Amino acid sequence: MKRFSSCGLTAIAFCAAAAAPALAQDITITNAKLVIGDGSEPITNGTVVVQGGKIVYAGPEQAAANGSARIDAKGAWVTPGLFATVTSLGLADVSAVDETNDISARGTPFSAALDAGAAVNPTSQGILVDKAAGITRAATTMRPAGSIFAGQGAIIDLDGDARPIVQARAFQMISLGEGGANRAGGSRAAAHTLLRAALREAQALVGKPGIPETTEIGKDDDVLLNRFDAEALVPVVTGKQKLYVDVERMADIRAVLALKQEFPKLDLVLVGATEGWLVAGEIAAAGVPVIANGLIDLPETFEQLGATQSNIGRLAKAGVKVAINAASLNDPRRLSQVAGNLVALTKLPGASGLEWSKAFAAISSVPAEISGMGGKAGVLKAGAFGDVVIWDGDPLELGTIPRQVYIGGVEQDLTNHQTRLRDRYKSLDESNRPKAYDW
Amino acid sequence: MQSHTPLRARRGALVTLAAALALSACATTGGSAKPASASAETKADKKLAATPAGDPVYASTYKPYPGVATAIRGATVYDGKGGKIENGVVFMSGGTITSVGGPDTPIPADIAVIDAAGKFVTPGIIDIHSHLGDYPSPGVEANSDGNEATDPTTPEVWAEHSVWPQDPGFSRALANGGITALQILPGSANLMGGRSVTLKNVPARTTQGMKFPGAPYSMKMACGENPKRVYGGRGRMPSTRMGNLAVNRQTWLDAIEYANDPKAKRDLAKETLAGVLKGEILIQNHCYRADEMALVLDMAKEMGYKVAAFHHAVEAYKIGDLLKENDVCSAIWADWYGFKMESYDGIRENAAFLQREGACVVIHSDDANDIQRLNQEARKAQKAGLRLGMNIPDATVIQWITYNAAKAMGIGDKTGSLETGKMADVVLWNGDPLSVYSRPEKVWIDGALMFDAMNPKTRPVSDFELGQPGEGDVK
Repeated sequence: MKRFSSCGLTAIAFCAAAAAPALAQDITITNAKLVIGDGSEPITNGTVVVQGGKIVYAGPEQAAANGSARIDAKGAWVTPGLFATVTSLGLADVSAVDETNDISARGTPFSAALDAGAAVNPTSQGILVDKAAGITRAATTMRPAGSIFAGQGAIIDLDGDARPIVQARAFQMISLGEGGANRAGGSRAAAHTLLRAALREAQALVGKPGIPETTEIGKDDDVLLNRFDAEALVPVVTGKQKLYVDVERMADIRAVLALKQEFPKLDLVLVGATEGWLVAGEIAAAGVPVIANGLIDLPETFEQLGATQSNIGRLAKAGVKVAINAASLNDPRRLSQVAGNLVALTKLPGASGLEWSKAFAAISSVPAEISGMGGKAGVLKAGAFGDVVIWDGDPLELGTIPRQVYIGGVEQDLTNHQTRLRDRYKSLDESNRPKAYDW
Repeated sequence: MQSHTPLRARRGALVTLAAALALSACATTGGSAKPASASAETKADKKLAATPAGDPVYASTYKPYPGVATAIRGATVYDGKGGKIENGVVFMSGGTITSVGGPDTPIPADIAVIDAAGKFVTPGIIDIHSHLGDYPSPGVEANSDGNEATDPTTPEVWAEHSVWPQDPGFSRALANGGITALQILPGSANLMGGRSVTLKNVPARTTQGMKFPGAPYSMKMACGENPKRVYGGRGRMPSTRMGNLAVNRQTWLDAIEYANDPKAKRDLAKETLAGVLKGEILIQNHCYRADEMALVLDMAKEMGYKVAAFHHAVEAYKIGDLLKENDVCSAIWADWYGFKMESYDGIRENAAFLQREGACVVIHSDDANDIQRLNQEARKAQKAGLRLGMNIPDATVIQWITYNAAKAMGIGDKTGSLETGKMADVVLWNGDPLSVYSRPEKVWIDGALMFDAMNPKTRPVSDFELGQPGEGDVK
């Protein structure tokens, strides 16, 4: 989509080179089992029209637009691309191989100022593999390492072109709770004091960009912020950038909600929130959305004692806007499996889950809305990105994969390292040549 | 004397019941139970002796809980060995499977009957690779007991001596995963990590109360990155893959010498290795890469032992033929890949490609969360094959997480399939177990109903969870 929205005349040469793989097509998909992604029920015999990289129509059967390439889905499920949050997509090739890993930066003097978007590799295998699983956009962020601040996360697309960043510096990510306490020096009190001090430093800088003197208290001290980190928090404290707060325990969640009394402009998002269900009413009343762990049901830490798979179902029932958190999964491509499991819970006595369409929305439109991409991503509505997936079955069922993925109206190549290995090892025959010649 | 069932199935005949009884008396009363006429010797004269090597110690005290004779009828039944019965009957009584068959299978008049039309029955699900109890929840340092990472070879440690039976993970595996038996392995920091323990997934106050009666021991081994990283990082051998093999080979050679020397001083490490060499203890070998698995198979031939299963085995699909030829199972994930270098070539078709070669497939978890969804992982692996036109039947896929796991753990003669006379370890699912939308509705272990989704009081609550948020909640 970016190619069409941002390639001005002066940039044509650059864009042509960058967009070498493909150009957006105008397409009309008919005969779809159509999922809008906003929580509404699937539409049989639905039509999706994509023009200029954007959705122009999605709904009941309609005639194809003029000049549009027609695709008969033959009853297949057609949905918006999935929106994965919170991820570290594009920030590592092999997470345990340090050289390839840009997810955390313990050795840096910077924290809040770090910009994950600068490190995104749009052709990392993680992105290619997750695209082949139907994920078309994602929130990606570093993880806190030397500080409670992870830095600024970005919204990216997964089309693998030269410009993966859809929205740079979309949110600041911080860790409170056990993780934050550990990084702040060993206590939740230290983490909260550091956060307040940092936000007050930022407040003091509001409206004073570029002025060298600062209010910072301990310049060369690891605990407090340098000028760049403090400046990076100005949009947070003024509510122009979202603040994602990673917390699990009921008491920690309450402490986060209370921050609004001191810093009323904060645009808060809770991440994790394993014990969110215990304070669901308070979260709902505060109007704070949650990117919640879906299937965590073990007291893995003392801040997750109340863990249950019914967390999301109960939060939703209380009126909280809740998306499924990819960060608790070993791969974002499991989001659809988690959503399917939440549907399963609706049949289990005593459990709370989500009906199918709501479960799908929890991995498409809802996380997009929480990420500031409401109406643009994770939903098939006029004006949204032309991110469309045609599946080989029910997208929440196990092992269902896309047949075709469009991002910004561009059909995606779904080849990756894994598919190439798959093709090579379809047979083990080496009677004529070693496997190395089979490609 | 339930507690003295010999632990080594393959040499059960070597330990007579009488010997076991005698030992029992010694062990429990310190010799004072001997007949009075035999106690002429004074306390000072008495020769001190530990229980001889090979006799049961830390023996299972598990006894099946009471159950009622029950028939499940009308369900789709997967028998765990690749069989499928529509509208089937599974009848269990006295803790064992009494009969399995079609709709005409006789059901006695006086027993409990569950009408299960539209539902599914499988054997209890079995996880061959778990660290529950050794790395329990909460995962605090004080509870971290899975890797004796102080020496690259520690065959002397036994996983059961680390298991914390109050780990809440056992109950989640039961209620959400239908897990009825599981093997707890030491971690993979060491080349030789120690002995595993196989457990019945029944809550107990002691680990002995969970031990699977008659299950053989296994020994955990590990290839590749972990041992060389852990020890190389400390400036000691092994720091390379060739170092891994060298340390392993010398350790085996020393063990062979020990096993051949009747006068050798007892050595717990070599005792475990000698057990492997005699075929009494199985080998469960963590190994990702195809080339390393091939080397391990040659090492096993060189030293004279057998590998029961390669665990993780993300590259098993590259050598399915070799694994078939050597009759080794691959215990694998459906979709883990790329988190470490040796997992970089993981593909979702791994299981299907192994099945194509006729090699043994087991889906494992190595994870306190995924153990709750082995059925789902199996389905993902099946679907990957289906897309290539490989139609692996659902009943075979269920075998991956039941009988094949049991076989590779050495308990395939006792559980893992629905066959007359076997343990009544059974799961009734509320729908197709290979659908994401299904969950266990009832789980029986040795014929006792240990979980019933319709009855909150059957949710096991560990000591740790009492008086804490979410006690007794649906999990």
